[in-house]
Amino acid sequence: MTDITLNPPVPRQTGSNRAKPGAGFNFVRFKKITQVGIKSIYANSLRSLLTVLGIVIGVAAVIAMLAVSEGASFEAQQQFRDLGASNILLKSVKPAEVEESSSRGFGPPQAMVYGLTMADINTIRNSIPGISNVIASRIVKKNVWNQGISMNTDVVGTSVDYPSSRNYNLRAGRFFSESEMRDHANVVVLSDEVANTLFLIDNPLGESIKIDSDYYNVIGIMESEGFSNLGQNQAGSSNAAPSRIFIPFTSSKTRFGETTTRQTAGGIESETVELHEAIIQVDNQESVIEVGEIIEQIVQRRHKNVDYTIEIPLALLRQAEESALRDQIVAGAIAGISLLVGGIGIMNIMLASVTERTREIGIRRALGAKKRDIITQFLIEAVILSGVGGLIGVVLGIIIPFVISAFWGMTTIVTPVAPILAFSISALIGVIFGIYPSMRAADMDPVEALRHE
Amino acid sequence: MPEANLVSAAPAVPVAKTGSPIVARLEDIRKTYYMGSLSVEVLHGISLDFYHGDYISIMGPSGCGKSTLMNILGCLDQPTAGKYYLGDEDTSQMEDDELSTIRGARLGFIFQSYNLIQQLNVLENIEMPLFYQGYSAAESHEIGMGLAERVGLADRVDHKPFELSGGQQQRVAIARALAVDPLIILADEPTGNLDSKSGAEILNLFDELHDQGKTLIMVTHSDELAERSQRWVRLRDGLVESDDRHNA
Repeated sequence: MTDITLNPPVPRQTGSNRAKPGAGFNFVRFKKITQVGIKSIYANSLRSLLTVLGIVIGVAAVIAMLAVSEGASFEAQQQFRDLGASNILLKSVKPAEVEESSSRGFGPPQAMVYGLTMADINTIRNSIPGISNVIASRIVKKNVWNQGISMNTDVVGTSVDYPSSRNYNLRAGRFFSESEMRDHANVVVLSDEVANTLFLIDNPLGESIKIDSDYYNVIGIMESEGFSNLGQNQAGSSNAAPSRIFIPFTSSKTRFGETTTRQTAGGIESETVELHEAIIQVDNQESVIEVGEIIEQIVQRRHKNVDYTIEIPLALLRQAEESALRDQIVAGAIAGISLLVGGIGIMNIMLASVTERTREIGIRRALGAKKRDIITQFLIEAVILSGVGGLIGVVLGIIIPFVISAFWGMTTIVTPVAPILAFSISALIGVIFGIYPSMRAADMDPVEALRHE
Repeated sequence: MPEANLVSAAPAVPVAKTGSPIVARLEDIRKTYYMGSLSVEVLHGISLDFYHGDYISIMGPSGCGKSTLMNILGCLDQPTAGKYYLGDEDTSQMEDDELSTIRGARLGFIFQSYNLIQQLNVLENIEMPLFYQGYSAAESHEIGMGLAERVGLADRVDHKPFELSGGQQQRVAIARALAVDPLIILADEPTGNLDSKSGAEILNLFDELHDQGKTLIMVTHSDELAERSQRWVRLRDGLVESDDRHNA
């Protein structure tokens, strides 16, 4: 090694245009510290992995929980949206008092009279401006027959605008027309379920089905998907069957009459209901809630018993949105706690790492590292740890909702906000829980640190 | 401020090369350690001048204050009283950040146990002081490669310290100490962990550095090692016992 030639003892820094150390943000410096950080994390990969597990679980939990609650609230809101945001639903219900008096009474059963009437509807229509349409329906439970096959279903006598008011779509054929309405025609539109049950092989279009003693010509098939439980209120029945068939309102009135009789465990019950359901469409969606309140007042004045319900899908939608927000806050809080726990895990391991690397800190200090260089180094390591944990968590958090959807059929929605939010929080946690260990590293006495074994 | 006339200051010890500037001066350095109510003065007033190009051995039995003096010379520790001029700067009143900067820019450290960073390879270890001085990556690389070649490890720059022998590791440490072209190179028992052959290599390297005009201060308790230097400073009980110059 005799060929060694060394620089003359001229301070090399003169004439150099390099940045003053520690002055402002220096990307190259940052990159270098980051590389060093990655190396030390990699050197302890198993420990690092276990450390970030808390963050991984926390972030994944945030995203998955938000996805599930988002999905649930989307489903709820979709149901209300199906009812129509500019609709008000009036329904007849059997009043509690009437039920009691009739069951206690003697003699032949009296037909209960309750529910909404055409007169109610006309009053509403005439006294409130801004109502564009009212679709009144009668819903009667009947056995319907095709040859030897029968099923019990709701027969909805309604008007021509029914499908559009409820966002229902026809799969095949057509809905009945004004003229069929006028003629009290024996035409019927089947829902998917009914069509599939009664017509196993044949195309039901053009065929006939039998209700009571009358035959009805099948003119259309309706998609059942839009049927929401909330929209259903069969006469005298509380269990919500999604199967329905539709006939003109006029036909329902003439063929079935207004009084329906049912055999029950306690004998025979009969009830007279003119209208089971009315959908009131309002011109302006913004006035739906006000109009709904006015309708409620009108109906209240006209009915002695509470034999009706009023549903405003928009109001229910707002409620659903509010409860969804509450759910998300709860989910966020729970997930936040797990992130906090993850952060404490990171702090714990960073403290161990600082102790373990005391000597390295001493060497770096001896070779010119300032306290803030040491702080930066350990802080960056903490942020890398939590950032990597956050990243793995985001991937898991996106996969988990898919798995939930696939195995349990729940609707889950991963909004872009959730992963971004969760990741940012995890990085922030790295900073917060990295500060204390970094300060401890920086505050070590260089002499002591160099002597450390 | 005395730094202006440091160069022309009257030397306290014989000058080897006439007119050699003083690179470091200790003025009545005292160091007291406090342990609760107990206080122990380890250095009782040490005054020394170090000239540019000098090769100095600091010797003495254990407990004489060698390490403490070395820590003060290395700006790792502050004297309780007295002044320490490094170059033209008084370090005894410096803040922590200033001390870090002066350590990084003016001093090169060579430790008994090499003190390389295990996760970093040879080149990265050599470049580390440059990083803290804000050298660019290209500059650092150039200097680092040059020094690796000078200490005969150009073909091992991407090896990790544990893949090298002790002698090689110490050579990396020497290259690292030279990186910022320091005013003084401080070596603390540089051959203490080495076999005689590797130790001799290191000492040859020191001789070369000395021939190049580097200023070396070596702490050792081995007379054999001290033989290679020109100036022997012996400490005893926190005081300078003797300060002799040998012309090798």
